[in-house]
Amino acid sequence: MAEFLSLHDAVARYVEDGATVAMEGFTHLIPFAAGHEIIRQGKRDLTLIRMTPDLVYDQLIGAGCAKKLIFSWGGNPGVGSLHRLRDAVEKGWPHKVEIFEHSHAAMACAFEAGAAGLPLAVLRGYVGSELPSVNDQIKYIECPFTGERLAAVPSVRPDVSLVHAQKADRKGNVLVEGIIGVQKEAILAAGKSIVTVEEVVDDLEAGPNACVIPGWAIDAIAVAEKGAYPSYAHGYYPRDNRFYKEWDAIARDRDAFQTWLDDNVYNAGGQA
Amino acid sequence: MSNEYTSAEMMTVTAAKALENGMTCFVGIGLPSEAANLARLTHAPDVVLIYESGTLQTKPEVLPLSIGDGELCESALTTVSVPEMFRYWLQGGKVDVGFLGTAQIDRYCNLNTTLIGDYQSPKVRLPGGGGAPEIATSAGEVFITLKHSKRTFVNDVDFITTLGFGRDGKARDGVPNIGRGPTRVITDLCVMKPDPETKELVVVSLHPGVTRDDVIEATGWEIRFAEQLETTPTPDARELEVLRDLKARTERKHAGEA
Repeated sequence: MAEFLSLHDAVARYVEDGATVAMEGFTHLIPFAAGHEIIRQGKRDLTLIRMTPDLVYDQLIGAGCAKKLIFSWGGNPGVGSLHRLRDAVEKGWPHKVEIFEHSHAAMACAFEAGAAGLPLAVLRGYVGSELPSVNDQIKYIECPFTGERLAAVPSVRPDVSLVHAQKADRKGNVLVEGIIGVQKEAILAAGKSIVTVEEVVDDLEAGPNACVIPGWAIDAIAVAEKGAYPSYAHGYYPRDNRFYKEWDAIARDRDAFQTWLDDNVYNAGGQA
Repeated sequence: MSNEYTSAEMMTVTAAKALENGMTCFVGIGLPSEAANLARLTHAPDVVLIYESGTLQTKPEVLPLSIGDGELCESALTTVSVPEMFRYWLQGGKVDVGFLGTAQIDRYCNLNTTLIGDYQSPKVRLPGGGGAPEIATSAGEVFITLKHSKRTFVNDVDFITTLGFGRDGKARDGVPNIGRGPTRVITDLCVMKPDPETKELVVVSLHPGVTRDDVIEATGWEIRFAEQLETTPTPDARELEVLRDLKARTERKHAGEA
């Protein structure tokens, strides 16, 4: 049953050093507030999973939280590179990060398989791609019925998943609206889960087929207003495209990044 | 209105014309997205645009900066989860054409968006595959659009992120349930198509004012030209007007957001 906690307490309780962590949100509803809390608490040696690492993992990697990264598209959407990710991969700063690189189709299937309690995901994927030659998590199996050769990847089963959503009701049931990505799958695949929300309401006003995650399938809910900024929350605030562009200059330079981190994460308080 | 145009506009308009009305198109961000939306706003009002963020049949007013902009969702017929997008709609065979960009392409249309140099110690790390590896194999066919230069058109890609026809042109042969692969490449200089037999890219049409030497200069291998080399039609006034309006709207929207 979801427990309402402060973001600080939820992260302190469920995110341990060395954990495998998925923070999802496909361009939309990216859990930045939760990511910043993880940085503030100085979590280390995390295996980070996200289809699109985006700025949030650029920040976690630059802050030294990550040991491994499992991902499928590591750019700043519409802008260019993730320079903190590149610095870690190319120059080992602040330390080397091991990468496991997939395609979106495989990652999406792996989240779904994790939610389904399966050990692996099967897809018609990676045909002719050289990704399998650099990622030993990509194997092949033969369909027992047709003989077709299909790709197989391990399912995603994070120790803890964190997602952001628009709202929860007072029982901790969560409504996700708009581009829903793999948020539901990330929560259901995880050992423990934290959902940050814009607000808590009396009634979700969800239609019968809406993407609702029941409170009893979630461990902790934390209110984090504008918790997805500078990404967006459909119906609440738009994506700050200007910040995504500005991030390019901030993240290119180690000192500029450190200053940004001091001003906007370490000294930005967060919740008690 | 003057019919003068830039080479970038020539590329976008030509890429747009590749899409036929009614086609279902899985759209990559950037140049493909610009071309696909221009097609929708001109000759192909019923083209179905699908983005990997789960937005089905979307009609954005402005071009998205990211693949998951709210604009794509708000103007879509419906929005599905990302696993559903890749499993049911793409892998399930509902997509006629995938429209992709790339950082590097070789003579057999293999695409590299992973890195320059060696995988373990890359010279330049690029974003990676994203949706492209399966778009290129599950879509009925693939259009590719990118700017023409020796840096992008290379003899051998450093890494095959996404299959064209493999290092020998034969990688699709005998593979079940696979799409036709790339059927045309549109650049700011020309249009290319794979040779039906060898799958090697052949220039089939030069844009007005572009010479064979211009293309040879900008290509990292000995590029072949079709015997019946055509001249690409120039953009008409309406196409240019719609494209410029779209880009101006997009510029205003993205600059104005605080």
